[in-house]
Amino acid sequence: MSELHTIKVSFFAALREQLNCDELQLPITNALTVDQAKQQIIALNPTWEAALSNESLFTAVNHDIVESDFIINPSDELAFFPPVTGG
Amino acid sequence: MTTNIPHADDRISIQTDDFNIQDEVNALENNNLIDGAVVTFCGRVRNQNLGANVKGLTLEHYPGMTEKSLQNIINTARKKWNIGRVTVIHRVGKLLIGEQIVFVGVTSKHRGDAFSANEFIMDFLKINAPFWKKELTDEGEKWLDAKESDTNKAKLWNEQDGSQHN
Repeated sequence: MSELHTIKVSFFAALREQLNCDELQLPITNALTVDQAKQQIIALNPTWEAALSNESLFTAVNHDIVESDFIINPSDELAFFPPVTGG
Repeated sequence: MTTNIPHADDRISIQTDDFNIQDEVNALENNNLIDGAVVTFCGRVRNQNLGANVKGLTLEHYPGMTEKSLQNIINTARKKWNIGRVTVIHRVGKLLIGEQIVFVGVTSKHRGDAFSANEFIMDFLKINAPFWKKELTDEGEKWLDAKESDTNKAKLWNEQDGSQHN
């Protein structure tokens, strides 16, 4: 598959405020890992590197928490956020 | 991927409006004569946190993931205990001191299952459900940091039965 797709990427809470961005569409041509997607986002927005490199961040794909080597496919929904504090 | 089929007796609600505990207890008990135990928990906004005077807070969440995460927690609780009805309500948006934030209600035939399941659901809501609190204090607005004590508390359940929960 080499068609161009976009995946929706969301940011929440303190991270959303640090980036001043709640959502973006990331163009991708092939399946890639969470970590590769993050590097592509940083390549498009170099000033986000520090905030997105924070090791305490969680990643979710299609509303499930995943690790950095998880493979994302076109049409998946990706999200990054700080540790949760509800309840 | 996790299976996410809600049980007919599960109620999950993410809402800006307040809730009425008596109405929720009534819903857990109505036409439910097999369960003799009803255990409820309600969390409220405190006026102090880490030495700062709290005026109120704003709760943000990740729509869609929140419901899925809570359903996963309830499904896990159903595998561990013999429980009847489960209600989880969590408010979002702006909340003032003393306002209700979260409600967990669980019924079971005897009290042990409902007590344990209720605590389990709250413990995992705390560390897995995508909610974030931003406090408004005398010193300004601040996102809360996650507490290690909450992570440790939830881990105790894993140590108890040697399994992993998501």
